[in-house]
Amino acid sequence: MANWCRISSRTIANHMRKRMNQGFIGSAADISQTSGLSSALNNGRPVSDRNRRYQTSSPWNRATLLCFQRFKSTEAEKQQDSFLSSDSDDDHQSLDFPGGKVSYTSEMSFISESSQSRVPCYRVLDDDGELITDTSFQQVSKEVAVKMYSNMVSLQIMDTIFYEAQRQGRISFYLTSAGEEAINIASAAALTEQDIILPQYREPGVLLWRGFTLQEFADQCFGNKADYGKGRQMPIHYGSKKHNFFTISSPIATQLPQAAGIAYSLKMDNKKACVVSYIGDGGTSEGDFHAGLNFAAVMEAPVIFFCRNNGWAISTNVSEQFRSDGIVVKGRAYGIRSIRVDGNDALAVYTAVSAAREMAVNENRPILIEALTYRVGHHSTSDDSTKYRKLDEIVYWKNTRNPVNRFRNWVQSNGWWSEQQETQLRNSVRKQLLEAIQVAEKTEKPPLSEMFSDVYDYPPSNLEEQEKHLRETISRHPSDYPTDIPV
Amino acid sequence: MALRNILGKRFGVGLAGRRPLSTATCDVESGNAKAINLYSAINQALLIALETDPRAFVFGEDVSFGGVFRCTTGLADRFGKARVFNTPLCEQGIVGFGIGLAAMGNRAIAEIQFADYIYPAFDQIVNEASKFRYRSGNQFNCGGLTIRAPYGAVGHGGHYHSQSPEAFFCHVPGIKVVIPRSPRQAKGLLLSCIRDPNPVVFFEPKWLYRLAVEEVPEHDYMLPLSEAEVIRQGSDITLVGWGAQLSIMEQACIEAERDGIFCELIDLKTLIPWDKETVEASVRKTGRVLISHEAPVTGGFGAEISASIVERCFLRLEAPVARVCGLDTPFPLVFEPFYMPTKNKILDAIKATVNY
Ligand SMILES: Cc1ncc(C[n+]2csc(CCOP(=O)(O)OP(=O)(O)O)c2C)c(N)n1
Ligand SMILES: [Mg+2]
Repeated sequence: MANWCRISSRTIANHMRKRMNQGFIGSAADISQTSGLSSALNNGRPVSDRNRRYQTSSPWNRATLLCFQRFKSTEAEKQQDSFLSSDSDDDHQSLDFPGGKVSYTSEMSFISESSQSRVPCYRVLDDDGELITDTSFQQVSKEVAVKMYSNMVSLQIMDTIFYEAQRQGRISFYLTSAGEEAINIASAAALTEQDIILPQYREPGVLLWRGFTLQEFADQCFGNKADYGKGRQMPIHYGSKKHNFFTISSPIATQLPQAAGIAYSLKMDNKKACVVSYIGDGGTSEGDFHAGLNFAAVMEAPVIFFCRNNGWAISTNVSEQFRSDGIVVKGRAYGIRSIRVDGNDALAVYTAVSAAREMAVNENRPILIEALTYRVGHHSTSDDSTKYRKLDEIVYWKNTRNPVNRFRNWVQSNGWWSEQQETQLRNSVRKQLLEAIQVAEKTEKPPLSEMFSDVYDYPPSNLEEQEKHLRETISRHPSDYPTDIPV
Repeated sequence: MALRNILGKRFGVGLAGRRPLSTATCDVESGNAKAINLYSAINQALLIALETDPRAFVFGEDVSFGGVFRCTTGLADRFGKARVFNTPLCEQGIVGFGIGLAAMGNRAIAEIQFADYIYPAFDQIVNEASKFRYRSGNQFNCGGLTIRAPYGAVGHGGHYHSQSPEAFFCHVPGIKVVIPRSPRQAKGLLLSCIRDPNPVVFFEPKWLYRLAVEEVPEHDYMLPLSEAEVIRQGSDITLVGWGAQLSIMEQACIEAERDGIFCELIDLKTLIPWDKETVEASVRKTGRVLISHEAPVTGGFGAEISASIVERCFLRLEAPVARVCGLDTPFPLVFEPFYMPTKNKILDAIKATVNY
């Protein structure tokens, strides 16, 4: 399972020594890095060959890994206590306060509003898809890597074709994940299918990864009778019970406290699974973000809060959204372990989510991941983002920082992918999609009775009465009603 | 016919059916008036509010670049970022902040991006804004607060871009709820709301933002709150509505007239505190009343009007009060044409009531 790879000659002992020597004066960033993830990653043995040879059989078993994580976690928490209070002169005088001892200080100083430097962003691949020297990451097999890449491409093509279908008026709305393909696919790839997803809306790649078919996507967007949501919601509001993917709801951030409740239930049932709840940078401003994180921390619920910080919430830039160093620093305020990761680096996302999952599931705790990325497309088909942001910025992220190209370079450099496969894949996905759209378009809409079902488990008398009345109206005025909805 | 054609057709219906209703009967002085759409009328009102009061502020999600419905276009450029600004994505924050601003004697004009997203701010509106004056014995008030939010169906909005939540707010003493039917009404009513010394929730019919075009005076004018308007005279039945629904009701009135039924159509405009007298006077004349709104019928504001009219005009009523409203389901995407209180549903109810 956990097959951690390390591409440097540092050893765990070295790492620990270095950390301990730093004492407790390190910045917030240093400390959060020491906990959880980096400890999990840096428990490695030296691996000499930088680029090609990965450890395929895990030389340390999960128990050692976890035991080590626990040790490091506790260490980090102690550091945190000391960091937040003080270790100065009168530390023999301390206040026994609910929640733990607080030492006194005679020095009047405020905790700074920010640390001196921004929390660094974990990455594995550089912009060209080359492994960065001295990086540590979780290896992915050829099979997984190729599936990841193929899914990223499928997601791109799906976005292009559905977007076009909206422009042609065939579906009423669409929203792309362009620029966030690595987040979508790599985070999904690092989970098990028992892990439960509470999406925001820009994560259809998670469903794609889990096997939701292009036909199923198309059926939802066309709101036909094959749509699991029975045509009731706008396009892109997917949901699939069999894929453990809760149905998307447009109101922002509402899923976060729900995620804590679902995770708590998993814990009570002793399931070896966690919840992953996605949220945008904008979504973190909602009250539900606070509620979700705080509940998860207090209830010790195994949930990963995955924040896609893509720089924009419709036209609102992150500088108008919050004045903290992004999202990652908010985790600590709730007592949640957090990491910032390059969201355009599939390997970094994969590694971070794998580590987060291990901690969430084995230690019953929430983890916060902030993935830095960029919304390359317009917010949705209702938006024109050139009204509020520079074209240069879009082009830069689309080309220079393209997550799909970056991952492709890495996959290709391993000899796992060829130009020919690329062409074949693109042609075949495009063809499947066009077919799926045609089928979805021709498929009947859900019957009228579905308007009244599912409001409750069973329709109460007012709905029965309204349905009867509506049917009478339809028979009087048939031309008022669409003919493709069976009455 | 495929649904998209129907959606298209509904837009067609919308275009015809939701054309602006004349504001002829209100006493807006003529002068320079240009034909503009509803979002531009809102924009003009906001501009005048900012221009005439240096303590006026306009804010909400994405308002800086003009807002997702373009209502705040140009305002940030003209009045600066300190007075017209984006807020973080947090409705409770927007309203709470607005209450604070208003409590200090400012005019806080807050935008909620969609009425469907007003619920995170429910507590701030229901427990805070509405009771600010009462609970302090009138030491404090947040009367300068106006909350604007686009509401109602658009043909493709599904659950969360279609709702008409006005009834929730009509259950809250201490706030006013106002809904305009056309561009000219929107400008005059919004200016009244902004300048009213009470917190107001102002719902804008988003279906009409672009569709409704009407001559709107360029100058600063206000239309009175809590005054309903008889926009069509008739003797056989009184129809009461507000916002976008009025244009549908008007079509029904026109068709009913072909059958010799003369409907009186009333735009309530202010839902609380509402103008019972105008409605009562009309019902006393016609002996029949029909109320229509997009929100689900159960617990809708139509129920309140119905009860009040029965209380006041029981002996005069010649038929039960009729309600043609949205159904008691969440707002459904593909079933929207079935859900809506359409012209023919209204027409059927008019005839049934008149022939009772
Ligand atoms: C409660 C609520 N308020 C407002 C909206 C309107 N809205 C939809 S998406 C969005 C921006 C979200 O931005 P972010 O969370 O950063 O996600 P992104 O679109 O960038 O993926 C807004 C304001 C909403 N859906 N829900
Ligand atoms: Mg965003």
